[in-house]
Amino acid sequence: MTDSKEIGALAISRKGWLRSHQWLLLRRTVQVVILLLFLAGPLTGVWLLKGSLAGSRFLDLVPLHDPYIQLQGLVGGHVPTTTVLIGVLLVGGFYLLVGGRVYCSWVCPVNMITDAAAWLRRRLAIEEGMRLARSTRYWLMGMVLLLSALLGMIVWELLNPITMLYRGLLFGMGMAWLIPVAIFFFDLLVAKHGWCGHLCPVGSFYSLLALGSPLRVRANGRQECIKCQDCYAVCPEPQVISPALNGAEQGRGPVILSANCTNCGRCIDICAEGVFSFGSRFHNQ
Amino acid sequence: MSDAEVKDQAHASRRRFLLGSAKTACGVALFGLGLGFYGARQSEAMPYYAMRPPGALDEKRFLAACIRCGQCVRACPYSTLRLAAPEEKVATGTPYFIARQIPCELCENRPCITACPSGALDPTLTDIYQARMGLAVVMDQESCLNFLGLRCDVCYRSCPLLDKAISLDAQHNRRSGKHTLFIPTVHSKHCTGCGKCEKSCVLEKAAIKVVPLVLAKGELGKHYRLGWEEKSKAGRSLIPEQLDLPDRLPEFDSPLQPEWKP
Ligand code: SF4
Ligand code: SF4
Ligand code: SF4
Repeated sequence: MTDSKEIGALAISRKGWLRSHQWLLLRRTVQVVILLLFLAGPLTGVWLLKGSLAGSRFLDLVPLHDPYIQLQGLVGGHVPTTTVLIGVLLVGGFYLLVGGRVYCSWVCPVNMITDAAAWLRRRLAIEEGMRLARSTRYWLMGMVLLLSALLGMIVWELLNPITMLYRGLLFGMGMAWLIPVAIFFFDLLVAKHGWCGHLCPVGSFYSLLALGSPLRVRANGRQECIKCQDCYAVCPEPQVISPALNGAEQGRGPVILSANCTNCGRCIDICAEGVFSFGSRFHNQ
Repeated sequence: MSDAEVKDQAHASRRRFLLGSAKTACGVALFGLGLGFYGARQSEAMPYYAMRPPGALDEKRFLAACIRCGQCVRACPYSTLRLAAPEEKVATGTPYFIARQIPCELCENRPCITACPSGALDPTLTDIYQARMGLAVVMDQESCLNFLGLRCDVCYRSCPLLDKAISLDAQHNRRSGKHTLFIPTVHSKHCTGCGKCEKSCVLEKAAIKVVPLVLAKGELGKHYRLGWEEKSKAGRSLIPEQLDLPDRLPEFDSPLQPEWKP
């Protein structure tokens, strides 16, 4: 990290504020527009997406369904209906193409909260704090499936902050707002990138859909890298960058292959040298 | 670095890795235990005041099926249904209604059921009158106006299945000695648990309430047979003709009690 300058200052001076925030802005727009598609119905009576993130119908016709919730139901002993299967295939298929954790950075509302916490954490220069293993989320994901099977119910929906927040906004909040607030402060004060980067079982499930996804971030211009470390500072999963960025000597290609890259594009924005870009996972030399 | 040192380092790093994994696994297991108990508690019967939408699978299966999407809530034209907030007793995010607030209007075209994508509301329930959301019971017989001898009848009149699900059964009014009580009587064979009666009860707090079936219904011993039903099924009594002895009245001039005088 450059100690004299703020993170991203170089990129802003080189490319201007707008171009060094373009993917971030686009991402926020998409997140808010999806929420608005749901909200349009209850607010204006124009029903575009009916339901919530767990399952919905687009224009009263196309079903869209969350695969992780359905998997919990399935191991819990409920056979999905045809409608649900179509919805799961549409959603799952989409994420198989664009990378599962696109859900995290482009759709999930909790991402806005944890991004805000990470931003404030950088601002206040709060040190890393509690060290959780990045693998904790996979343990949690498996544990949720095990419990779903044992109890015969969709277990994670009892706690899932994502759907709870969405339900709260769409159907009435109750005390549900406490959970995102708790996550904000957990990420801010307890563990850096704590929730989305280490714990969330939904994100870890979606990462499995990114194992072969064609759309990836590439460090094609890695020889231009000036080692300013800004990309590491803003990336919610900084461990995914290094193999692609510094792997030339070990013969690794420039594609960020880790399934936990959320395809958020923040590294593309923040890099003054234009090292990163969206591309495909193929031709990786 | 000597070979031994390299080996030591490899050993230490393996140890660190194993310890780290064990730590994570323990943490997750502990959390899982808590979540498991919480989940098990939530999957118990619903609180007495909360009814599931029509066609809901039984509670255990419902919680594996319902994805808490709220499409049934959206479909209901009477805003009967709502989704449970996390602090409520009903499993988080699942749909329910409180009859005293807004009862189910038993829409013949079943909007909630057709909207449900998951099968948590059983699509084979084509006749809404076959729904069994709960059962109405006149809980407080001391306050019910009809039990007191008045002709309130409001719950009876509000029932969509009047005279089938609820009837007024005539009984002698022992207090006045000369009037009739019209007792609201619910018949589980037809009661859908829609809650219209509870909603309409004129008292400050409803005397008639819809409660979950598990709460409302008793159960006969499996081997019990009701004689009169068996008889009508068989077309004849199942026990041999009983000897009908003449009723014995005190016979005052019985030779056994010659001295007795009333
Ligand atoms: S039957 Fe009609 S009133 Fe009753 S819950 Fe369904 S949509 Fe609402
Ligand atoms: S529509 Fe079905 S799956 Fe969705 S909340 Fe209602 S009962 Fe549950
Ligand atoms: S509406 Fe209430 S008070 Fe009136 S008869 Fe029915 S239960 Fe009794």
